[in-house]
Amino acid sequence: MADAPVMVELDRVSKRFGSFEALKSVSLQVRLGERVIVCGPSGSGKSTLIRCINRLEPHDSGRVVVEGIELGPDMRKLASVRREVGMVFQQFNLFPHMTVLKNLTLAPMRVRGTTRAEAEALAMQFLTRVRIPEQAHKYPSQLSGGQQQRVAIARALCMRPRILLFDEPTSALDPEMISEVLDVMVELARDGMTMICVTHEMGFARQVADTMVFMDHGEIVERAPADRFFAAPKSDRAKLFLSQILSH
Amino acid sequence: MMRRSGAPLALGLAALALAGCGGGNYSWGWYVVSPFDARGTTNLQFLLQGAGFTVAVALSAITISVLAGLLVALPALSANRFLRGANRLYVELFRSVPMLVMVLWVYYGMPVLLDVRVGVFAAGVIALALCDSAFEAEIFRAGIQSIDHGQHEAADALGLGYIDKMRYVILPQAIRRVLPPLGNQFVYMLKASSLLSVIGLTELTRRANELVVTEYRPLEIYTFLVLEYLVLILVASWLVRRLERRMAASDRLRAAKA
Repeated sequence: MADAPVMVELDRVSKRFGSFEALKSVSLQVRLGERVIVCGPSGSGKSTLIRCINRLEPHDSGRVVVEGIELGPDMRKLASVRREVGMVFQQFNLFPHMTVLKNLTLAPMRVRGTTRAEAEALAMQFLTRVRIPEQAHKYPSQLSGGQQQRVAIARALCMRPRILLFDEPTSALDPEMISEVLDVMVELARDGMTMICVTHEMGFARQVADTMVFMDHGEIVERAPADRFFAAPKSDRAKLFLSQILSH
Repeated sequence: MMRRSGAPLALGLAALALAGCGGGNYSWGWYVVSPFDARGTTNLQFLLQGAGFTVAVALSAITISVLAGLLVALPALSANRFLRGANRLYVELFRSVPMLVMVLWVYYGMPVLLDVRVGVFAAGVIALALCDSAFEAEIFRAGIQSIDHGQHEAADALGLGYIDKMRYVILPQAIRRVLPPLGNQFVYMLKASSLLSVIGLTELTRRANELVVTEYRPLEIYTFLVLEYLVLILVASWLVRRLERRMAASDRLRAAKA
């Protein structure tokens, strides 16, 4: 993996909200096929970090480069990056006025110019993969939280992204629905998808992560191969965080 | 039940009010608008013919003002200060001109300023639409702002452009929410069309005025005019309610757990 091409590069990226420094000169490289799990206490800048990768948050300074394209105010470059970067949100953010199938076919048809027949075939293929093909003609509000999040994953996959971002995908779910979503994500990881995932699910992280990134106060405190991170975190803050999160 | 009883109740109240007026020294002359009287029938025909203009003005004005309002609302949501400023300027300017003043200004002012001939119908529609568009813009702004920010982010993350995002994701949800105030504005347009009587458009109010001059029975004729508007507006609100119910029904269908 060390020689795989770099997909995402953050170079001394800073971002502030008013007087609050959400990211302080953060640098990170993610390579093709790498699974990166970002963890850390709330308010540490994890979400801001991954939201900078598809410019849902414009960064203030530093460089964000995705597949060789540097993100800036240029809307055309941004559009080409967003086509290749899928995102799954904590609150699912499905379109409530559309059926599941329409949720999945909208972007491929409008952004990629796919025909309806192709887009629907693709949608059914990914719905099958997240194990809910029978829900295609329902509306999001008719589904459980776990099902909605799986639809959201399928919706991101329908754009055939090269990178998937997950922003706390299981944090809004009832406990009994978490595993059905994580199972789908584990499968994606096995298939070699490049993934950057913000999560508190350390069991899942242990299972899929190549690289662990631990953040606190807007900085990357520790970045280490997953096995080393879990066996012996170097920083005291990471040790404390792990002990707190694993103790219950 | 409450909803259904609304129309008869309103008509009943109007009838009661009239019955109450029966006392005193006034001797009513309902023959002027009586369908059983030859002169009354002719008068009725004359009065009712105004409904065409009233409805046509209201429909044209609301159509234009809804489209204009939407176009004016969008810059208000922009990150660009100048676009937001342009929106505020438009809304504040047209919201502050009284409708009657706008009607007079457009009818008498536009031909001089722009060197175009405008008929009473066109002038009336333009004036009402201009005034109403400022209110429509605020309604749309509120509707669009009420949509969860996550919907914008999901559309952006999928790579949808601004126009596609608005057309397929944001506006369909926003319009559903602003349907009741849009219905309100339509009712308001029906009533505001009466202002066009001053520039001579022969809608309901103008015809009533003209008939009063020849018949000299203002109380009977204006009472009939009130009833004309009442019926028109009850029909309009019934149509709006129906539309709302139909949309709500499809929402319920969506919300119903399978």
